[in-house]
Amino acid sequence: MKRHLLSAADLSRDDALLILDTAEELARLADRPIKKLPTLRGRTVVNLFYEDSTRTRTSFEAAAKRLSADVINFAAKGSSVSKGESLKDTALTLEAMGADAVVVRHHASGAPHRLANSGWIRGSVVNAGDGTHEHPTQALLDAFTMRRRLGSFDGRRVTIVGDILHSRVARSNVRLLHTLGAQVTLVAPPTLLPVGVATWPCAVSYDLDAELPKSDVVMMLRVQHERMNAAFFPSAREYSRRYGLDGLRFAAMPEHAIVMHPGPMNRGMEIAAEVADSPRSTIVEQVTNGVSVRMAVLYLLLSGSESAIGSTEETS
Amino acid sequence: MSSYLLRGVRPLGGEPTDLLLADGRISEIGCGLSATGAHVVDADGLIALPGLVDLHTHLREPGREDAETVETGTQAAALGGFTAVHAMANTSPVADTAGVVEQVWRLGQQYGHADVRPVGAVTVGIAGEQLAELGAMADCPAGVRVFSDDGHCVSDAVLMRRALEYVKAFDGVIAQHAQEPRLTEGAQMNEGEMSAVLGLGGWPAVAEEAIIARDCLLAAHVGSRLHVCHVSTAGSVELIRWAKSKGWDVTAEVTPHHLLLTDELVASYDPIYKVNPPLRTAADVEALRAGLADGTIDAVATDHAPHPDEAKDCEWAAAAMGMLGLQTALSVVQQVMVDTGLMSWAEVADRMSTRPARIGRVDGHGRALEVGAPANVTLIDPSASWTVEPHALASKSRNTPYRTMTLPGTVYATFLRGNATVLDGKLA
Repeated sequence: MKRHLLSAADLSRDDALLILDTAEELARLADRPIKKLPTLRGRTVVNLFYEDSTRTRTSFEAAAKRLSADVINFAAKGSSVSKGESLKDTALTLEAMGADAVVVRHHASGAPHRLANSGWIRGSVVNAGDGTHEHPTQALLDAFTMRRRLGSFDGRRVTIVGDILHSRVARSNVRLLHTLGAQVTLVAPPTLLPVGVATWPCAVSYDLDAELPKSDVVMMLRVQHERMNAAFFPSAREYSRRYGLDGLRFAAMPEHAIVMHPGPMNRGMEIAAEVADSPRSTIVEQVTNGVSVRMAVLYLLLSGSESAIGSTEETS
Repeated sequence: MSSYLLRGVRPLGGEPTDLLLADGRISEIGCGLSATGAHVVDADGLIALPGLVDLHTHLREPGREDAETVETGTQAAALGGFTAVHAMANTSPVADTAGVVEQVWRLGQQYGHADVRPVGAVTVGIAGEQLAELGAMADCPAGVRVFSDDGHCVSDAVLMRRALEYVKAFDGVIAQHAQEPRLTEGAQMNEGEMSAVLGLGGWPAVAEEAIIARDCLLAAHVGSRLHVCHVSTAGSVELIRWAKSKGWDVTAEVTPHHLLLTDELVASYDPIYKVNPPLRTAADVEALRAGLADGTIDAVATDHAPHPDEAKDCEWAAAAMGMLGLQTALSVVQQVMVDTGLMSWAEVADRMSTRPARIGRVDGHGRALEVGAPANVTLIDPSASWTVEPHALASKSRNTPYRTMTLPGTVYATFLRGNATVLDGKLA
């Protein structure tokens, strides 16, 4: 029985399309005066967040509440975790409280896998971002946004630009977009690409200007300021000059092409303000779509005795 | 002192004969021996090897007796066929003084399951800044000959040079944990295809190989002995082969887990597979096997590293590095080296007893099975197999990556100076 969403790699093409189609249906709710469905009434969804995240946590919270689930927010700061409680003991506590699903964000890659496969909890586990591994619901909402803007995935060229090495968004997007039939190209300075990237189902380039004219989608990733001190690139200005999406580069993109960013942005660093605020930027739309996609994921994992998507790994 | 008559045993896997162990020595070898009062062991089908010697064991005492003690660790050693183990220095307090190494050595003597040869720290507190009193540790009753900051690389080139030079005065050897620290900041697993997919910090092969290359050159420059701990990459094997071809006094060890397991296991995110150096690729495993078979790698060493359950029952990044090894080492070596035809039992004896004893300057161990030699003997049944049950191991900890695996070969008996420490597969 499929019970968890741990990685975009767990999703078949049919799984992914089912989530996107379900999200489309649920998105229509947002236009109604009463935005709530009774589907998950009596179910408990725990948001277990070990990292600060306003965007993703509130998105999951809104999604669960619109499906009438009871939501418990468990943040690591100011909790038993800050007193040194282990992931296992926190999980056992949540299990004892009757969590039907645990939405987990963790700084350690693989923490959701451990939650799902160590026998600590019986509920479904949804990966809301783990370390530098994956962020599958972000990739799903990105795919949802692309499909709405561009219609289909087949043969579409998606260029993902920035700190690929440390990006869970990039990993999930490469997996999911490949599954859906898009062609992905990663653009980054060589220092911010992982050793081993050559085996990923995508192309790699160091030259943003060469990729822009053939892109249907340009996804800019956030560049953390601390990367500068670790010699990944010489300075923010140099990074911005070589890999930032400014007005000139924006003009080199095809007219139908869209600009995406998972947020939070560094305006003036990886993306110019005029680009971020352009009508071809989907950044705010992505946030809206995030709620619909996360509703679809929770709905498909939790409603009914067998979930329709996700990982087949058992917890027993 | 009891004596043992081993009937029909095959020394190093050769022709069956009888072996009489009496007065702590091998007193007779030949067919049809008899000895009144001797305990007769029907050793038909069993292979006799010189007692195994481990160059790399973590016994955790003093300081982490919740994970292992000298008593439980040496019990595991005896059950694994070892008659001598080297106890690594990263205890608490660190084994960087004569007092600590002598305590560990005496505990080994007291329990008597295996000889314990303490390894002395190279630097005070294994902090990599100031040489520990190496001479004092060499001169004390523990007679330390192997010095290592294991777990930490002596990365400072000048300090490493001085250590290599200094221990020449008492025939010591520096056993280096080769890990360039800057290249491995935040490292969680082998850097390659798997780390890219799993989003875990990479531990590149070059971080091991760069230190090995430097250390070989340093050892050659000052004419010292260098031992390289747990080599894990194909490139390391090449470098050591090159250093040996120059005639330099460089030796190396490989662990059983690096001979069998690969980094693909990390996809489970189960920290039972978290170890330092990390599990590498199938190509590395193949090169390590070839290097051990052709003698480039001198020894199999366990890097037995017990950890309590909570250190592994957690997310990968929070978990401790290391895995148990003493009771499974010989079986893993049989599976990957002997049953594959890469090595004979005589070569197993060379890599797991003779050469490690020579590297550690361990008197009385690693000797040929001949009349007059100390009766340090291991009897194994190569046709038996067993399934690894973590709770059934003698170690206080259960962090074995081989749990539920069925491995070939069992240790039937271990004799330490003629006394059975293990008989019929159980502690004697």
